[in-house]
Amino acid sequence: MRGILKLAYKLLVNDKAKFTALLVGITFAVFLMVAMTSLFAGVLYRASATVINLGASVWIMDPSVQTVANTIGIPDYVLDAVRSMQGVNYAVPVYTGGALVKRSDGFYQAVNVVGLDDTSLFGRPQLLNGKIEDIYAENGFLVVKDTEFSKLNNPAVGTEFELNDHRGVVVGIAKVASSGLFGVPTLYTTYYRALQYIPNPRFTISYVLVEPKSPADVAKIKKQAQALGYLALTKDEFMTKISDFYMFQTGLGMNLLIMTIMSFIVGLSISGQTFYTFVLENLEKFGALKAIGSKSRELIATILFQASFTALTGYGLGVGLCAGTIALAKMRLPDYAAMIMFWNLALAFGMVVVIAAVSGYFGVRKVLQIEPFDIFRG
Amino acid sequence: MAASSVNPGSAATGLSNAAISATGLVKWFGQGEARTLAVREVSMEANFGEMLYIVGPSGSGKTTLLSVLSGILRPDAGSVTVEGSDIWKLSSDKLADFRLHKIGFVFQDYHLFPRLTTAENVAIPLILKRVSWSDAIQEAKKYLEVVGLRTRADLPPVKLSGGEQQRVAIARAIAGKPDILIMDEPTASLDGDTGHAIVSFVKQNVLNDKRCILIVTHDSRIYGLATRILKMEDGRLVSIEKGDVS
Repeated sequence: MRGILKLAYKLLVNDKAKFTALLVGITFAVFLMVAMTSLFAGVLYRASATVINLGASVWIMDPSVQTVANTIGIPDYVLDAVRSMQGVNYAVPVYTGGALVKRSDGFYQAVNVVGLDDTSLFGRPQLLNGKIEDIYAENGFLVVKDTEFSKLNNPAVGTEFELNDHRGVVVGIAKVASSGLFGVPTLYTTYYRALQYIPNPRFTISYVLVEPKSPADVAKIKKQAQALGYLALTKDEFMTKISDFYMFQTGLGMNLLIMTIMSFIVGLSISGQTFYTFVLENLEKFGALKAIGSKSRELIATILFQASFTALTGYGLGVGLCAGTIALAKMRLPDYAAMIMFWNLALAFGMVVVIAAVSGYFGVRKVLQIEPFDIFRG
Repeated sequence: MAASSVNPGSAATGLSNAAISATGLVKWFGQGEARTLAVREVSMEANFGEMLYIVGPSGSGKTTLLSVLSGILRPDAGSVTVEGSDIWKLSSDKLADFRLHKIGFVFQDYHLFPRLTTAENVAIPLILKRVSWSDAIQEAKKYLEVVGLRTRADLPPVKLSGGEQQRVAIARAIAGKPDILIMDEPTASLDGDTGHAIVSFVKQNVLNDKRCILIVTHDSRIYGLATRILKMEDGRLVSIEKGDVS
């Protein structure tokens, strides 16, 4: 069979024009599919940036919360109640909210402010510069050095700014796992300073971050939170909830679906049509092979090998092209959110398999229909 | 002469070593009023060591008969016997094996793969027989030597002349070491001299005591090369001639 597959390979790749057209079709389709889905994956990942960066195991929130940015204040007694729950190792409050910073040059810049529990500083970022204890100093803030850092004029330790007419001082430069979705710089300070600087409604805790005593206690904590009228979600559940919101309630998911289906149809049309033409052009030759003594299963293997080889090569080229494009885009556009993940690759792979199967099916059907006698008859 | 009354085999030639024999072959095409009888009760034998022509006007059924004899077109009645077995009682896989191992085809339009080299084209029957790729190519080059095209082994067929392509097709047909070589209108695409030269070449270099060559043609210029000639008209075998007839 190896010789027959080599024959199939040579018949395919030696027809350079058709093979190139097939590869271009599949590569382009894979590129579009992976680009679309990886962009979506990047958006979803960044939408959960605060959840990822703070790293708490369990988040307690108002049941109406849809995304991490859409906070609904929690009264202080909930924090006390959570601390007294069975299975809770510790619980801390966190504040997240938006504000406007007036830079030293007089321009305003929107920022995201995270207020960490004053006692534990739970969820603090890793410092690149400065000392963490300086966050307790007067007006102390940490600035995250991410893709948005330059929007604060690349501040250094000691740089001053204004936040709601309060003086702020950069006491540390930090790094985090993920930048946010909305293109604004992130400042970290203590929970109480955040409350002082930013006007707030009656209830001020954005989330209660909980560390359970053991993973088995999560279910118990969820039940107790529910009894209080609140929702407890693990980190992964919260990220899923955020993803679901963007996917199903913003139109983003539907747009992505449409684009992915269009990419699939484009790929299927170009590749299917070209492959079918390739088979038609070689139909007499396949008939001659049949007359010479090739069995049906050998012809099926030939066609399926050609379809699969083209599909897999196109898949590899498409993924490579997409990865290269994303890498290049990130060099020029640091905010570019695309992320290639396993599920993007698996989805594109699945679609390429469908393209190969459909193209192969029509090719096989045609080849099995050809009668060697037709070759004789001319 | 009625087809069924002709016994164009051993009785006609005095030979008993039949490579292939057919009895009462019938083949219809189409359905209803358009139904046509292409082969009518044909019985015949072809023997080892002979170059047998099937001649006749266009539409007389000679290509259909050749297709039935070579195992690529199932007859509506009758049998084709090779080595004591009726090939039309074989399963489709066994029939494909029969064609691969016993029959060599030279098609009218050659049907060479333009994207393969000449040697790769010749190696096809060997590859189908599961000979390794490199051995098949080496073997194919030997057959190209036989047909005088060893130096063209690495060229694609489109770079060769019509006569050369015909010789490549012959090399491919004999590469599988068939007992029976089937040639369909071998001179149709060639000029008179080249056509004659090709068939002469086949007679001298390919025909031997263990091989039979069946040629369908209506090119009277090569009739003189035949060992025996069967003439068909309207699906019937109407006469058996030997040697130079027209």
